[in-house]
Amino acid sequence: MNEISDTPVLEIKGLSVLLPDGADREFAIEEVSFSIGRSEIVCIVGESGSGKSVTAFTVMGLIPKKDLVPVAGEILLHGENLLGKSDRQMRRLRGEKMGMVFQEPMTALNPVIKVGDQIAEILEIHANMSASARKKRVIETMEDVSLPEPVKMYNSYPHQLSGGQRQRIMIAMALVLEPGLLIADEPTTALDVTTQAEVLELIRDIQARHGTGVMFITHDFGVVADIADRVVVMQNGKVVEQGTRDEILSAPSHPYTKMLIGSVPSLTPPVRPIPEIAETALEAKALNKTYGRVGFFEKGRLVKAAQNVELILRRGETLGVVGESGSGKSTVARCVVRLIDPTSGDINVAGTNIAQMAESELRAYRQKIQIVFQDPYRSLNPRRTVGQSIVEGPMNFGLSGTEAQSRAENLMRIVGLAPEALTRFPHQFSGGQRQRICIARALAMEPRVLIADEAVSALDVSVQAQVLRLLQDVRERYDLAMLFITHDLRVAAQICDRIMVMQRGVVVEEGRTSEVYANPQHPYTRSLLNAAPGRETNFAR
Amino acid sequence: MYLYILKRVLSTIPVVVIVVLFVFLMLRLAPGDPAAVIAGDYATAEDVERIREQLGLNDAIPVQMYRWIAQLGSGDLGTAIFSKLPVTTLIGQRLEPTLLLSLTTIVFTVLIAVPLGTLAAYKAGSWIDRFVMLFSVAGFSVPVFVLGYILIYVLAMQLQILPVQGYKSPFEHGFWVFLRHMVLPTMTLSVIYIALIARMTRASVQEILQEDYVRTARAKGQSEFKILMRHALRNAAVPIVTVIGLGIALMIGGVVVTESVYNIPGLGRLVLDAVLARDYPVIQGLILFFSFVYILINLLIDLSYTFFDPRIRY
Repeated sequence: MNEISDTPVLEIKGLSVLLPDGADREFAIEEVSFSIGRSEIVCIVGESGSGKSVTAFTVMGLIPKKDLVPVAGEILLHGENLLGKSDRQMRRLRGEKMGMVFQEPMTALNPVIKVGDQIAEILEIHANMSASARKKRVIETMEDVSLPEPVKMYNSYPHQLSGGQRQRIMIAMALVLEPGLLIADEPTTALDVTTQAEVLELIRDIQARHGTGVMFITHDFGVVADIADRVVVMQNGKVVEQGTRDEILSAPSHPYTKMLIGSVPSLTPPVRPIPEIAETALEAKALNKTYGRVGFFEKGRLVKAAQNVELILRRGETLGVVGESGSGKSTVARCVVRLIDPTSGDINVAGTNIAQMAESELRAYRQKIQIVFQDPYRSLNPRRTVGQSIVEGPMNFGLSGTEAQSRAENLMRIVGLAPEALTRFPHQFSGGQRQRICIARALAMEPRVLIADEAVSALDVSVQAQVLRLLQDVRERYDLAMLFITHDLRVAAQICDRIMVMQRGVVVEEGRTSEVYANPQHPYTRSLLNAAPGRETNFAR
Repeated sequence: MYLYILKRVLSTIPVVVIVVLFVFLMLRLAPGDPAAVIAGDYATAEDVERIREQLGLNDAIPVQMYRWIAQLGSGDLGTAIFSKLPVTTLIGQRLEPTLLLSLTTIVFTVLIAVPLGTLAAYKAGSWIDRFVMLFSVAGFSVPVFVLGYILIYVLAMQLQILPVQGYKSPFEHGFWVFLRHMVLPTMTLSVIYIALIARMTRASVQEILQEDYVRTARAKGQSEFKILMRHALRNAAVPIVTVIGLGIALMIGGVVVTESVYNIPGLGRLVLDAVLARDYPVIQGLILFFSFVYILINLLIDLSYTFFDPRIRY
């Protein structure tokens, strides 16, 4: 491959895109320049708001023209400037010369059209082919992306496929006309680690075979380590650094890149003192949760979301529950808080079994277990000030308004926010700040057990590191027992004393974090650890 | 899928039973003696007694109920008190105009409202959108009879391009004569449904246009027109079809007024005449008839979901 004499597939020169008036900065992206050669994977990395998606959508011509206006620079696709092309010309190029894969395979496909027909649609638009030739081509492409039984799957609807299969359909759709450029916008972020590993492998394999240039947008340095040839780092709409993968990952020069890479949690658990056996805060015995029921018409379709789960959580320790989607980890968390009712089993809190307790009696125990959810954008009521959200719980349990207020102020300081901010509304805070507020809200109840259900999964890596530190800090300060639910093995390695690995509702392995990571016993644990992106890379610290 | 259809069809049985019982009890539980009402102010006690006997009101309730259900089972809705004709015959005679008026109204409404709503959604915020919304508000606000008389005044009396009123059966007078007589009633009856369905279509399509798969379609290079037709409308169909179905079911109120305004001898007029004459068997028969139509339409709406959304099918 001779990169110097080849025209790059994509070359972006000094591209600036204006934000609408009243935004927090003038440009969505400013003076962005980079290029992507044939058979090259260039990762665009950055946190939310860095402008990486705007860059991709500007190239595709999919930005809302009223709000985002490219005001300077050039986008050269095979040497042709895309800015200044008419809508019709852009439509011809989309799909034929450049394809795109999106983040959410669940919503990116039309739910009412057969997946095969959705791929065929692109041939219908751009290629002059008979219906039977189209179908043949679609099936070949589906084979190419390793979908099982493509002839049969052609007639499936999206909801009948798994997340990984849908993403393969998206890739087939983007690549069926063999465009020179593939733009992948966080294509594996919504997938489980083992599926993610397969899809990354597929993208790498296909682009190598077809010589496609790939713009791969991600926030995950593990993924970068696995897939990138070159890396472009963006911050607040500007490119701050670019270089080959090894340069960026092992010797970053810009402080922002250093900070980002330094925030990636290590897969090696730190050495932790073995805590002495403390008082049991929460205990679950033979916990079962079964969904679905055998109806008069339905064939019995039962999902055993949790089967005979046993757990003991002591004060002052963090127990991690890790697993992929459908493993039952969130079911367990929600059962022990009684947000959902377990089918059978015991849940002991402070020596009392609350598993089947009536709601009226349960109220007193609700205070002892608090939960922080994944999505800080939806777990706070947008119409109430954060102060109102924080004091609501304690006041329900009899605290006077002034006492609750002073407790809320104190907690705001502890989670690193100004007490004055209590009068503001959730939309006035960033995601990380909101998650801090959610933690303060949980702590205001003075619980014994804090459950973090994917509490840091939606956060940018630098913010994630801060929130993890905060969780660790409050656990120590209040001598809490913490149940930490996560799909992210890196995060689990850093915060958990012990971990439980779940697969399809069953706990397959349990032990001290360092031992499980160093010497996994169950094949599923091993496959999870092997699939963790960037496991062989040592990130610069 | 067949299981779903079977399930849905079977689930109408309890509804039918409840409707039959309700209609039966309504007459028995209504305040006052229907026989006395029928007999009129100057009737003697013997007259009332004779009518009671004739209606079978002197028997025990379970016996009456048994007779009523047996009668229904043999397809008999009873006999009208004044015309002495079987209720089924009366309904049969009046069915054609109402059925055809409903049909032209639905076709006209859907042909106008769905494209209008889709256009408004696609051009959200533009003058077209504002015009559609304004029309919707106006359509909701104008009473059916006012609109009917305005249309008669302008189109039939001033411009004289359409007949003022009356009904001509397409089977006797030919299709064009029928259609000319149907234009004004159809427009009158349609306006409120166009307003309703255009609004619903606009909201539904606008929501769908925000979906990720619409973005995917754009990324494929699909044209905006085909995105609307292929991707947006079919996904937006379920709420739209629901409202269309409800509209048909609610149409009976509009039909009564419209048929009176345009002097069309349909079921709406029959309802009006029966109520004014307190002809209980006819009222009873009509309620039952409309209830069954309503149940049937709801069934068809539910079954149409399986056509629009495969997630319900499997």
